[in-house]
Amino acid sequence: MRATGHVFKYGDNVDTDVIIPARYLNSFDAQELASHAMADIDPEFVNRVKPGDMIVANKNFGCGSSREHAPLCLKTAGVSCVIAETFARIFYRNAINIGLPIIECPEAAKGIEAGDEVEVDFDSGMIYNRTKGTEFKGQPFPEFMQKLIAAGGLVKYTNSKR
Amino acid sequence: MGMTMTQKILAAHAGLDSVVAGQLIEAKLDVVMANDITGPMALPIFKEMAEKVYDKDKVVLVPDHFTPNKDIKSAENSKSIREFAREQGLTWYFEQGKSGVEHAILPEAGVVVGGECIIGADSHTCTYGALGAFSTGVGTTDIATGMATGELWFKVPSAVKFVLTGKPGPYVSGKDVIIHIIGKIGVDGALYKSMEFTGGGIANLSMDDRFTMANMAIEAGAKNGIFPVDEQAEAYMKEHSKKEYKIYEADADAEYDEVIEIDLAEVRPTVAFPHLPGNAKTIDEIEAMEPIRIDQVVIGSCTNGRMEDMRRAAAILKGQTVHPDVRVMVIPATQKIYKQCIAEGLLDIFVDAGCAVNTPSCGPCMGGHMGVMAAGERCVSTTNRNFVGRMGHVDSLIYLASPEVAAASAIAGQIANPEKVGGR
Repeated sequence: MRATGHVFKYGDNVDTDVIIPARYLNSFDAQELASHAMADIDPEFVNRVKPGDMIVANKNFGCGSSREHAPLCLKTAGVSCVIAETFARIFYRNAINIGLPIIECPEAAKGIEAGDEVEVDFDSGMIYNRTKGTEFKGQPFPEFMQKLIAAGGLVKYTNSKR
Repeated sequence: MGMTMTQKILAAHAGLDSVVAGQLIEAKLDVVMANDITGPMALPIFKEMAEKVYDKDKVVLVPDHFTPNKDIKSAENSKSIREFAREQGLTWYFEQGKSGVEHAILPEAGVVVGGECIIGADSHTCTYGALGAFSTGVGTTDIATGMATGELWFKVPSAVKFVLTGKPGPYVSGKDVIIHIIGKIGVDGALYKSMEFTGGGIANLSMDDRFTMANMAIEAGAKNGIFPVDEQAEAYMKEHSKKEYKIYEADADAEYDEVIEIDLAEVRPTVAFPHLPGNAKTIDEIEAMEPIRIDQVVIGSCTNGRMEDMRRAAAILKGQTVHPDVRVMVIPATQKIYKQCIAEGLLDIFVDAGCAVNTPSCGPCMGGHMGVMAAGERCVSTTNRNFVGRMGHVDSLIYLASPEVAAASAIAGQIANPEKVGGR
């Protein structure tokens, strides 16, 4: 599986409160949440994001609350992949569980800028910066997580075991 | 190779003799908890997997974030988990008026004890590590799976060991210690890891101090925070719970990524400045700065809404008056604490000083309701996060502090040193 899109770039410690502020958490409707994605860090995000676009950030992306609304609103807004130097652990689990592709890759986080066109090959973990002509190798998922992803997320994996 | 305390609990719950850091395991769950934000979202996911919860005594629901219901959508969400709790015959459903903030009510009601493996769909679920349990926050799909199967996958964490020595000063509590620690290691200083607290200094920390510290382990990126079970912890569990607890101890040869020593006597009243819990400044550094005028003070939450927090705030506010430019909200974290505040005369102290005293709720902590801030406003809060927009407008500012610093600041109208305002 591959995805191609333009990049929205952010810094360290992008927290779940800015990804989807708590004032919108009285709903868990994916479309409604998507209409507020990144509201408190980048109010223009929802107007500019196109299907396939990617988020690239530095350390500790998704820190803070356990709200699964955060990866869900990004996925529903059209984000095809989040690449970061590191992810906060609950966001990491949630993204895998709902099927939002994420890749840890410090080199890519440094070598990709806002607006760059990037292609990701999820099978190999390769990240190609088409704008700059550079490429990076992301951290592969451990085998168990690959199984989870291949099954289509945690719910399907759980049902397939029983 | 020896195991850390956390690794021992995980191994026991995975049916393994031993585990190592990085290993992926499936562990049995003793408690699975969700609230009025994460619970309603979990129900349709749960129904894809099961009709009945795996154990009606182990699945716990606590409406506490947007309750008393702040709007129609929140009311519908609360209704959905209330009906689910009824239909499933859950033993532990905490309704408004008999309830409180999840991480205060679960230990208080004896739902969680030492040695257990606990997940909650709330990041501050790490609080129960104060009782010597493995306890961690997860998202909605994880919690739905836990509700259906009673099991969940975990990556076994490595650990950072904190050796605590000495005795904290009179105006220093668990909040100052944990902000000091996060300031030292950073908001991702324990990413994916356990924070294991050890050392003789722990005897000088009350259970409420330990709950506060374990609660904020997530603010350093940790998977869990955990304390050894000593006489104080055993006494707490015997008083509050009918459940059997189990004591696990780290092996003498357990491996740690890092060992950090903290002399509690050297920790000063410490405040986390916007917009990260790791932006720690001591009260002495703050006193050397231009005064920071404030508009609001919040004393409460899963971090600092317990009985000792109320007593510490009241000791400062007794006979004093809140600054005319400041709005103060005191929110006892559970009904039991609320009632104890009445019995001890603390509510009189708060109300006489000019504080609003609210019913138990997460309320203003995440800008939900009961204290949302306008642009440009500043708040000293005993809560756990000071992210951009956390408590309202993106241009409002949150300073995280202990109940004593918060109370002193309420009187002074600026961030203030409780040693100078204080009543002790």
